[in-house]
Amino acid sequence: MSLITFLKGTAAMAAVIALSAGWAAGEAAAQIKIGSVLSITGPASFLGDPAEKTLRMYVERLNEAGGVNGEPLELVIYDSEGDANKARTLATRLIEDDEIVAMVGGSTTGTTMAMSPLFEDAEIPFISLAGGIVIIDPVNPYVFKTPHTDRMACEKIYEDMQARGLSKVGLISGTGGFGKSMRGQCLDVADDYGIEVVADETYGPRDTDMTPQLTNIRNAADLQAVLNPGFGQGPAIVTKNFAQLGIDVPLYQSHGVASKSFIELAGAAAEGVRLPASALLVAEQLEEDDPQKQVVVDYKTAFEAEWNRPVSTFGGHAYDGLMILVEALRAAGNSDPEELRDTIEQTSGFMGTAGEVNMSPDDHMGLDLTAFRMLEIRDGDWTIVQ
Amino acid sequence: METFLQFLFSGLTVGAVYAIVALGFTIIYNASDVINFAQGEFVMLGGMCTVFFSLWGLPLPVAAVAAVIVTSLIGVALNKLAIEPARGANVVTLIIITIGASIFLRGLAQVVFDKQFHRLPSFSGDAPIDVLGATLTPQSLWVMGGAAVIVVLLWYFFTRTTFGKSILATSHNRLAARLVGINVELVLLASFALSAATGALAGILVTPITLTSFDAGTMLALKGFAAAILGGMGNPLGAVVGGLLVGIAEAMGAGYLSSEYKDAVAFVIILAVLFVLPSGLFGRRGTERV
Repeated sequence: MSLITFLKGTAAMAAVIALSAGWAAGEAAAQIKIGSVLSITGPASFLGDPAEKTLRMYVERLNEAGGVNGEPLELVIYDSEGDANKARTLATRLIEDDEIVAMVGGSTTGTTMAMSPLFEDAEIPFISLAGGIVIIDPVNPYVFKTPHTDRMACEKIYEDMQARGLSKVGLISGTGGFGKSMRGQCLDVADDYGIEVVADETYGPRDTDMTPQLTNIRNAADLQAVLNPGFGQGPAIVTKNFAQLGIDVPLYQSHGVASKSFIELAGAAAEGVRLPASALLVAEQLEEDDPQKQVVVDYKTAFEAEWNRPVSTFGGHAYDGLMILVEALRAAGNSDPEELRDTIEQTSGFMGTAGEVNMSPDDHMGLDLTAFRMLEIRDGDWTIVQ
Repeated sequence: METFLQFLFSGLTVGAVYAIVALGFTIIYNASDVINFAQGEFVMLGGMCTVFFSLWGLPLPVAAVAAVIVTSLIGVALNKLAIEPARGANVVTLIIITIGASIFLRGLAQVVFDKQFHRLPSFSGDAPIDVLGATLTPQSLWVMGGAAVIVVLLWYFFTRTTFGKSILATSHNRLAARLVGINVELVLLASFALSAATGALAGILVTPITLTSFDAGTMLALKGFAAAILGGMGNPLGAVVGGLLVGIAEAMGAGYLSSEYKDAVAFVIILAVLFVLPSGLFGRRGTERV
């Protein structure tokens, strides 16, 4: 490289830096800064990736439509790689350097719990996209969440069992975070629904054969149904083993497997399996007069058109979080974090992809059981159980 | 009784896979004294390649053959590019190289294929077979039968063919083998190809039951390694018996004790064997060369 080209290059670079700095400074004055820490890569990327795509897409759309309260939104997204320590560092950066007014993020319960004390101290509202009930129970005044909890999934399943007159249930749970937490919740609420857990087996996250555990469950006296909290490939193998052993009671899966890949992996064995899931999964099948239909069909169409891949419930949680925040911004008329917190807490009648949200000072999630739909797999596709 | 039989079937199916993986360890160990920790990745590659070849439109048997060939070539490449340039390094270094290779192959699979789980259709349907009240899938029979065929073929190859014997000769004394005119480089290459091919076969047979993904090999390698240690490193019969025993111990452990400790079974076996019977059930007595 000659000296001249080198100098030219340096000069051009300096110009670019100067220009972009000037541009950023010019814009920053009238922007609403929203932060997000998501698990975009790493083991929880299936949660963070659709959430990131959703946030980017909708912030762009909102800005094209003139922003919120006449001010454009600016979105700052960081990738925690599913690591709670990293999430905490990045959240500190959002609060101190980026000076955000609110945060929509936190893909996993672990990262959310690592970050929530920071937001409480900084008095900035934080809408989490993770499932664990610990996020909102006990209530942290600055922390909200959009997805349903695993406790609700248990309740929805037990409700369906009650309706079918089933009460003696065998549990087979994954020992990963999700399965473990949901197993605890399901044991906890069993009594409320008159459910008796007659067998309680577990399997490791990388196990490839669950016939021994299922054999023990099959041997349990008066078994009437089997429930499998867990996600990943485990439930697919459980479903296949279940069919192999010819256990002739209904099999329930959790919302953790509510995706097409579960049906593909489990194949014919998935026929007749029931699971609770968000309405997003069956958007087109909802009744015309279903109040949720408009929202989920719109989101699904928009996401699939933009990214050319099937929509996921986890992206839907990000949509709900962003829209709850936008509604609060509009209602408050300004972007003062303290006032935003109060308005988010007053959210009522908001229809999101997860269901109708009615928050209160004691309930920072605001969903009820109607948010879940009970689905049954028939002919390799979801059908809504009426 | 039914329950016991069910656990036994479960253990035999899984154990057959461990046995094939352990055989893969044995082949390479015999030829080169290297414990190849990328063995599990061969199993993964067999399954993943078959899945993707059939997604690209190849009929299943063709996809399976192609997957075995591709995996063997990767085995050869592993030897050529990673092991051979480090020839002369001590065995521990070579083993560390294979660990590196396994991480590399896992990463490569993640990029070339994807991070999702995949399945293959069962070769002959999913209708369970009833045996004395316990059930068995046809695919389990394929796995056990496949393992048996592989064992017989390997036995024939090593004891009845000149080339097989030359591999054994190399394993006993590399210098002497070279002196009698055996092409030692070729022998090593062949052992990696053979080991990769058996691994790939195991992957293809077992994918309809266990599903596969880019990181499915790690656990299999560990279990296969436990099996090889139990049977006695370097003894093919020991590898088979070790594999079946580890599989059965796991299934019985999960069934009668607690499934929480299922994976621990294999590791407890490794530890117990190393403490009590360092050369394994069928291993050569270790001799210290002075």
